[in-house]
Amino acid sequence: MADERTFFNEMLEETGEPRQAYARLAQWLEDKPANFLTKKSRDAEMIFRRLGITFAVYGAQEATERLIPFDPIPRIISASEWRRLSAGIDQRVRALNAFLHDIYHRQEILRAGRIPADLILQNEAFLPEMAGFTPARKVYAHIIGTDLVRVSENEFYVLEDNTRTPSGVSYMMENRETMMRLFPELFQSHRVAPVEQYPENLRQTLESVAPDPAKSNQTIVVLTPGIYNSAYFEHAFLADSMGVELVEGRDLFVDSGKVFMRTTRAPKQVDVIYRRIDDAFLDPLTFNADSMLGVPGLFDAYRAGSVTICNAPGTGIADDKAIYAYVPDIIEFYTGQKPILNNVPTWNCSRPDDLAYVLDNLEDIVVKEVHGSGGYGMLIGPTTSRREIAEFRRVLQNNPSNYIAQPTLALSACPTHVASGVAPRHVDLRPYVLIGDQVRITPGGLTRVALKKGSLVVNSSQGGGTKDTWVLED
Amino acid sequence: MLGRTASSLFWMSRYHERAQNVTRLLEVGFRGAIISHSGQEDGTHWTFALSCSGSEKGFAQRYDELNLRNVAAFMIFSKENSDSVRHCLELARNNARAVRTSITAELWEAVNTTWIEFNEVNPQTITQERLPDFLAWVNQRSHLFRGALLNTVLRDDGYFFSQMGNFVERADNTARILNTQYWTLLPDSDIIDDGSVERYQWSAILRALAGRRSYRFAYPNARLKAFNIAEFLILRTEMPRSLAHCYDWIADTAEDLAQFYGSREPSLDLAAEISRQLSETQMREIYQQGLHEFLTEFVGKNNQFAQQLSEDYNFA
Repeated sequence: MADERTFFNEMLEETGEPRQAYARLAQWLEDKPANFLTKKSRDAEMIFRRLGITFAVYGAQEATERLIPFDPIPRIISASEWRRLSAGIDQRVRALNAFLHDIYHRQEILRAGRIPADLILQNEAFLPEMAGFTPARKVYAHIIGTDLVRVSENEFYVLEDNTRTPSGVSYMMENRETMMRLFPELFQSHRVAPVEQYPENLRQTLESVAPDPAKSNQTIVVLTPGIYNSAYFEHAFLADSMGVELVEGRDLFVDSGKVFMRTTRAPKQVDVIYRRIDDAFLDPLTFNADSMLGVPGLFDAYRAGSVTICNAPGTGIADDKAIYAYVPDIIEFYTGQKPILNNVPTWNCSRPDDLAYVLDNLEDIVVKEVHGSGGYGMLIGPTTSRREIAEFRRVLQNNPSNYIAQPTLALSACPTHVASGVAPRHVDLRPYVLIGDQVRITPGGLTRVALKKGSLVVNSSQGGGTKDTWVLED
Repeated sequence: MLGRTASSLFWMSRYHERAQNVTRLLEVGFRGAIISHSGQEDGTHWTFALSCSGSEKGFAQRYDELNLRNVAAFMIFSKENSDSVRHCLELARNNARAVRTSITAELWEAVNTTWIEFNEVNPQTITQERLPDFLAWVNQRSHLFRGALLNTVLRDDGYFFSQMGNFVERADNTARILNTQYWTLLPDSDIIDDGSVERYQWSAILRALAGRRSYRFAYPNARLKAFNIAEFLILRTEMPRSLAHCYDWIADTAEDLAQFYGSREPSLDLAAEISRQLSETQMREIYQQGLHEFLTEFVGKNNQFAQQLSEDYNFA
């Protein structure tokens, strides 16, 4: 349970002394005049707005493009902490890809009885159309954003694996650029591992899984739903920084089993599609017939091996919340090793025993929709009123299999610029992982911070902000 | 380059140019309304701005009274008027956003910041006193856009399509303004008094096309004459908003495009043909053909060129 007195403070020891990695930053914060950070925050906002680093909020009528609040105080992770984290992430993403290959082929893990077959085969995120198809290098999830939280010095938990189309990497990059403009002196006093190689790594990853990796000029595209998508800025940013075209579905067509883009001249064949649209919208002929975003015939071309789609269709099964509880088993089954990173204990409300426990403890735990995201439709017991809990209880009882529950974790907190000065606020961490010819993990990732005092919800759609995340080099 | 990208670059430039043209018409209307030395009722000056931008009908459907507040609301801030400054800047920005990866940071910031700052303006605060400054600001932002395009963009197909959009729109604007006022530009209008309606209209036309000063340099005796004004705005290539000047650019850009792609498309021949006609025609011949007929035909050919261009290069 999240007790304000017991959360882990990443900057300060219990004695109030700064931890080693934060020593210089703590001193620097102390030396600065009171309004210094307020002014720098304003500068940062100006930079973000001019560059158009915005996201769209669903349902918000006015100002559909908003800025995610940016906190100018960096979060620091020491080299040794990062080594352990990245080893755990590496292990996890390899296991998840092995799992995906298995369930779309021989389904050994189901035969071995480690996961109930119904949980996979009846799952909406499982795509029977993928059965028997092997993508290049047997990689399904090429781009993963692993959501982590920290609860103590040495305890990290994985909250979600995000194996579909994780977003936010552009904020990781732009946050760093902005910090370097705002506080060059801090970069001189800290050896911060760079993140600027991400677009190049992404391109290498995509090229390495092309249908013919030996071809010298791979045509790669980023497929976006268009300018009204909440992450459009990021789609443009990634295409731009990789030096590839940003396309919409209507820019592509399939002819004789190959995918082409419509250019001002002759059609150009496409080798790799980094898609930022959901499975259901990829191809109206195979999936959602009403989709205006997709490309008719794309899935057949994919299965025929003429184009690579990243991430592969059907990867959603690996980050399904009902599957989540089995990830430790998945890791053991495919790697033969103990998981390095913890899973949060999870109650599956479709199981009567679990449901009974959840209903008895709603005040203390977190309940999430199985297919939900963005912090919508969830209950955080300790910060919710009794009446709302009673309401939620009815909803939960009506459709228990739609929910899972987890204990409320005491998320660690980092120094954050707030109205009254600098105060600890709860954070999570999403490192970005690329899987192709090798596994590449960018040091750090995106730190999301709950700006409201005591709040544990870090989602940008719910008032969360972001921070630059520094991994210190030895 | 994607056909859709070419299309967005073309329209990004077109809409930014249009925003500037609408702004200039408003400046002329405003000037007329405050000096009003032609002895006309106030509303007439606004009619010039509305009719030249083709928004007379749309305005009449929504407003009863022809005054500064209503005209500004409709031509600057209206979400319903597809030619309002607001709408043009928004579409320019949306097109730029759709091709964010194909334009420079400088160009994007020029378009994006213009839209952001415009959007932050409360229409209620644009009173008669503040209108001139506000219009001047829009104008300057438009110049910044052109400057960023000319100074920072790589001279490849993207640049060529942006230029095409700019000059197709400019030619269209010039031809329409002349055509709306063609009767004041007939040669027999020259036998007039100094304070006449025609005189005011000539001046308004020149201002609307940013040519009031340069006309005096182009025609040394500096006297306003219908024949000279028409010639200046149609055939004189040194006038940056004349039809001949626009098609000089378009024809040159068409050649660049042909060279860049290594092949000639029908639209490029069309551009060369229109440009050649303008360079070989005398003002006298245009009057013989009929000024109104000539201008109407030009607007049609200009549209035909834009249409052919979009077909040749797969604009989506």
